[in-house]
Amino acid sequence: MGDAEIKASSWRLVEVGRVCLIHGGPSDGKLAAIVEIIDHKRALIDGPSTDTKTAVPRQSIALAQLILTPLVLEKLPRGARTGAVKAQWEKAGIEAKWQESAWAKKRSQKERRRQLTDFERFKVLRLRKQARFEVRKSLAKVKAA
Amino acid sequence: MSATLEATRPAGQKKTFGKSTREVPHHTQKAKKWYPAEDEVQPKKVRKSIRASTTRPSLTPGTILILLAGRFRGKRVILLKNLSQGVLLVTGPFKVNGVPLRRVNARYVIATSQKVDLSGVDSKKVDEVAGDKYFAREKGDKKKGEEQFFKQGEKAEPSSSRAADQKAVDKALLSTIKKEPLLISYLASSFSLRKGDRPHEMVW
Repeated sequence: MGDAEIKASSWRLVEVGRVCLIHGGPSDGKLAAIVEIIDHKRALIDGPSTDTKTAVPRQSIALAQLILTPLVLEKLPRGARTGAVKAQWEKAGIEAKWQESAWAKKRSQKERRRQLTDFERFKVLRLRKQARFEVRKSLAKVKAA
Repeated sequence: MSATLEATRPAGQKKTFGKSTREVPHHTQKAKKWYPAEDEVQPKKVRKSIRASTTRPSLTPGTILILLAGRFRGKRVILLKNLSQGVLLVTGPFKVNGVPLRRVNARYVIATSQKVDLSGVDSKKVDEVAGDKYFAREKGDKKKGEEQFFKQGEKAEPSSSRAADQKAVDKALLSTIKKEPLLISYLASSFSLRKGDRPHEMVW
């Protein structure tokens, strides 16, 4: 018998300290950390952002409304109150890390594209065409060489 | 009955029957001897009133519109003036996308948020074109018979005065359009829905 190698899974887990993106409801698109797991369907979350626009009030929420991000607040004790969550949140620099992530960038780009007017859409179409042309041109050069 | 009706009613006649006289009412005032065989149709009262039309607030002169119906559907044009009854006076400009000075129904139009400055445009000319007579059909001599039959296929030559008006209006427009990059090719391109486009969710 060979030795069985046991590795921890690299899944994102519903765990205390996990930073989640809220999907639907009044705080749609905002970030919050799981503070306590209530049951198999619900968790207590808290989004202690300093900006009132992105802050999420402490609440119990269905897990179906949460999307787990790769960000985790390590060492967040179970059932931590808002002050403690906020201290950890700022120390970990969650907001900055989130803004840098490709996920957040894609989201903001999508949001921006949705708000474009007809003329702006046309401009995007043209500029993308130009960029594509340049890329193909340089690719053709590389291929020929 | 009211007093006025009493006065207008045709007077009866006094007639003698033997010794006595009696007033006989006018024949129109007498009760009908028979009921009408068919019920007379009472005309319906129209309770609607003609109201002055108001165009949408987005339709201000200088707005770029997308035409949705007619021969030029999908074209992006410039709104010159709001006419009465929800009619709009637009121009392509003709040189850019082939849409002439033309009246369109405001209902079949999407107003975009892009605007063009109309300050250089000859407003007198626009008012002349916006007048009632400008687009009226000429009631000339109608050719009859054979001659008309063979003329059917031929297209009428566009009148030179119309072409001159078109040029006069578009000249200033073209110079302002050229200042904004990509705007001229935007006007030249026509609008169509692509895959995944949701017109009700789009911002114009």
